[in-house]
Amino acid sequence: MASLPAQQPADTAVPVAGARPRSRSPFALLMRRLFRRPLVVVAFILLLAILAVAVLAPWIAPFNPMKMDILGRLKPPSAAHWFGTDEFGRDVLSRIMLGAQLSLLVGLLVVIVATVLGTLMGLAAGYVRRLDGPLMRVTDALMAFPDILLAIAFMAALGPSLYNVVLALGIVYTPRVARVVRAAALVVREMPYVEAATALGATSPRIVFLHILPNLVSPILVQATFIFAYAILTEAALSFLGVGVPPTTPTWGNMIAGAQQYFQQADWLILFPGFAIVLTVLSLQIVGDGLRDALDPRLQKVT
Amino acid sequence: MIDGAMDADITLDIRNLETHFAADPGVSKAVDGVSFTVRRNETLAVVGESGSGKSVTSLSVMRLIPTPPGRIAGGEILFRGRDGRVRDLARLSEKEMRSVRGNEIGMIFQEPMTSLNPVYSVGDQIGEALRYHQGMDRKAARAEALALLKKVGIPAAERRLDEFPHQMSGGMRQRVMIAMALACRPTLLIADEPTTALDVTIQAQILDLMRRLQAETGTSILFITHNLGVVAEIAHRVVVMYSGRVVEEGDVRSLFKNPRHPYTRGLLACMPNLGQSRGEAARLEAIPGNVPSPMNRPKGCTFAPRCPWAEPACTTAEPALEPVSPDHSARCRRWRDLP
Repeated sequence: MASLPAQQPADTAVPVAGARPRSRSPFALLMRRLFRRPLVVVAFILLLAILAVAVLAPWIAPFNPMKMDILGRLKPPSAAHWFGTDEFGRDVLSRIMLGAQLSLLVGLLVVIVATVLGTLMGLAAGYVRRLDGPLMRVTDALMAFPDILLAIAFMAALGPSLYNVVLALGIVYTPRVARVVRAAALVVREMPYVEAATALGATSPRIVFLHILPNLVSPILVQATFIFAYAILTEAALSFLGVGVPPTTPTWGNMIAGAQQYFQQADWLILFPGFAIVLTVLSLQIVGDGLRDALDPRLQKVT
Repeated sequence: MIDGAMDADITLDIRNLETHFAADPGVSKAVDGVSFTVRRNETLAVVGESGSGKSVTSLSVMRLIPTPPGRIAGGEILFRGRDGRVRDLARLSEKEMRSVRGNEIGMIFQEPMTSLNPVYSVGDQIGEALRYHQGMDRKAARAEALALLKKVGIPAAERRLDEFPHQMSGGMRQRVMIAMALACRPTLLIADEPTTALDVTIQAQILDLMRRLQAETGTSILFITHNLGVVAEIAHRVVVMYSGRVVEEGDVRSLFKNPRHPYTRGLLACMPNLGQSRGEAARLEAIPGNVPSPMNRPKGCTFAPRCPWAEPACTTAEPALEPVSPDHSARCRRWRDLP
């Protein structure tokens, strides 16, 4: 007890001495606000774990995911095969790990395609008045279809392959990004700092990409996270319906599709890939929600 | 070619500027035949109520009128560049204009809270014009930005350089805006109500800073404001605008002491005055009515409907801008009769 008061001044003196106002970038502030919520931290760690599994799958998978074993087919979860084996005796855990790789890859590529296309489209619509009407009618038309239906239509036209799935879903989700970017760009365009940039002699492309676009990063980031989740879900649905990635590729959707006819005897075939999808999509949604909340004070100003 | 006869002492010579906005139906003549000059090393204040066309005039000089619906419909904006060459800004191509903006003409805006981009540090923003117009590299621009921050009186400039606008107060941000506008050593600085959004003590500091910087750099300043107190502080000469036209023009002393247009008198009477006696006389005067819509200006003198001195002749023909003294003129047919 006696030592406490003696320590206290020393304790407080340290932060005071070092307490000069630190320069915080908007990004650092965002991270701090984002990780204030425990659920977001859990979801984020889970996502990182799933990502690590996906990247390291070839090395950490307990079995070769393609290796068949006729004698060990449809075995329930055991010490050797944690998630059981499928109709060809392949290890379900290993296949889920490899599936993570493919599903995340599809999700990521879709995010990239949709974000790049959507951002360009949204910026064009938001900055060039003449393009606004036509471009937004195109997005209206695309958004009038349910995601799955539009994706199936594109897949029917393009033919089944992993990259066609990416392309189809990329196009399906482009309008979502375009809408958000346009709405935010319309607001930012009128901000005095954009006029100030013009008054400094900046060219239009410079204004759009250096002065407007960086202010749209928050809404784009939030959309990208949600699209990541939707893309994984829709890819699984497409594969389940048999119009997605060719069935020989072990994506989560394909695994569930293949498990349909054995569901009565081997429910783990559907359960474990299903859990993988739920866990991934849920984590992404929680992180997306957290991002949206963390960005809220600025979102309110921007949208 | 452009009039070579422009006095070497003149930085900006606006002649008969007409800036119109397409409206539905008709045309709104926001600026309707405005002429004035800004000399080297001089601060010219343009004063008027909202809607008098003062901001549109300054935006016309920068060619920042949103087109459509706006356009510069006539007149000349002669500007003497750093190299002494006179050009008509109203006729420059967009590309040439870009090399003038931020380089030869700097501009300060009214809203320091939103005129800085929230995603860049102030150092980057000040350096941008330098890198853009003078081709400086990142390091040189940063060093110059630091020097500018010190020049505009920002304490602990080394640390502030990497801060973001949201970490600064309004007065600080306005100083940053001034540093940005002055970065390329412009010959003309346009300040569009730079102190309106600031509180009074900060206002005084900013005006002080602008005066000091003008003495150091010899920049001409075109100062747009509706605050006559600010005008008295900073201006050498004053242009009073009303309803898209210049109604009185003169050096600041004679205009304040001896206003020859009823509108200027009205504006001066609107200023609260500490020395005013109490009682009935202490009531603050206001000019009755509003600025007429630029779509529908009254015939004759546009101020006549609000003018206590108006006589029937005022509503028939528009009076000319008549010289009152060598450096003072007024657009009022009764200027001799005003008490």
